[in-house]
Formats: sequence, C-alpha cells, structure tokens
Amino acid sequence: MGTFHQNKSELHGITVVVDTAGPEIYVGRCDDMDDARVILLDVDVHNDGDGGRSKDEYVRKAAQFGVWKKHDQLVLDRAQVTSVRRLSEL
Amino acid sequence: MYSPLLVKPMREELTSAGFEELLSAEDVDRFVANKEGTALLVINSVCGCAAGMARPGVRLALEHGKTPDRLGTVFAGQEAEATARARGAFPEIPPSSPSMALFKEGELVHFVPRHRIEGHSLEALAQDLTQAFDQFCA
Repeated sequence: MGTFHQNKSELHGITVVVDTAGPEIYVGRCDDMDDARVILLDVDVHNDGDGGRSKDEYVRKAAQFGVWKKHDQLVLDRAQVTSVRRLSEL
Repeated sequence: MYSPLLVKPMREELTSAGFEELLSAEDVDRFVANKEGTALLVINSVCGCAAGMARPGVRLALEHGKTPDRLGTVFAGQEAEATARARGAFPEIPPSSPSMALFKEGELVHFVPRHRIEGHSLEALAQDLTQAFDQFCA
C-alpha cells in the first residue's frame, strides 16, 4: 500500500541524473518535468572537475548510495538540459 | 506529518512480517548495540513511488531460505528521532527513504538506497535482498 501522485510526469518520484550543456550536473528526485522545465527535489549539484571528479566519476559514486542534498528544490530550464536519466540505470 | 490512521497499515505491512518497530532513539540504540548475527533495518516511508514496492519486496525476500536473525524498522517522517538515530548507524551514506541496511556482527554489509527501489518491481528488490541474505546470513 502506498500513496499516489496523479498528473505528474512518468519520472515523478524517481531519482534522476540531469545533465546540462554546461559544467553542471544534477542528481535529485524528479517532481515533474515538461517541455519548459525540470523540477527536482532534494538535489545535489556537481560541477565538472570539482574535487578532481569528472561528471562521470560523480555519477558513478552517486549511483552507489545516493547523494547529499544541497537544495530542497531546483527548477531547471529544460533548454539547458541535455539528458534526464534514472540514477538506478547508470 | 501524515495521519497515523493512514500510516498504520504501512507499519503493519512490516510488523506482520516480523519486524520490530523502533519508535525511539533508545529502541534503535538497543537494536544496533546487539552485534550478534545478522540484522535488517528498514527505514520505512509513506511515498508510494518507492515504498509501495519496498514493503512487499521485503516481505517477499523474507520468504527466502536464508534471512536475517533480527528485523527492525523505523518510520521516516513519523518518528524523527528514531529515524535520525538509525541513519546514524551508517553516517557515511546519504539519507534516503525507504532504504534498507543489512548488518552482520554489527558491521554494515549491504545497503539498498531509495533510488534502487523506486521504479523497480518487488521481485527485483527481493532479488537484491536475497542475494545479500545468501552471502551474509546463516
């Protein structure tokens, strides 16, 4: 038994990796997304090269146990987003 | 916080499978301090996006031949102190709920974070757990 959330995107409630055309990559729980924006909850952001880690290295570590959130919510401009993938599939 | 009436059946999905509800920090301390054998600690939660599969998946896994010696659960968003104390048993892992931690002789040996539950079938979760049970439980 669980709760249900209607009228949201199919990725609602799923932890996703949102890559961008810039240096930023985000991991968070998708609340909703459409043609204009991606809304993430409990979000961590990594900048390519920060801490000596590439985007790929950051995602590999995130896929093991998850991420420490830096933001409760972020709204990303869909025009800057190059991909939205499930963390569990990476 | 969700109504206790709404949460009650979600608690019972685990307690009816043999889980001890850890309602206070002291309950968690006692559960974690017992380092004999194996123990599964489930951080339960309301959200159906992940927990709706988590509880049936755990129940299915417990029908397996090898299972943990002790079963405990806290409820995120309901017993905040107990949940924080439970997460303190694996401080290097980012908090998520639902999630599951398997201990052997007091050491964390397997962890299933929320993102490995959400969107998966209960059979897939059960398989994840039973593989760990086979490896670590007697």
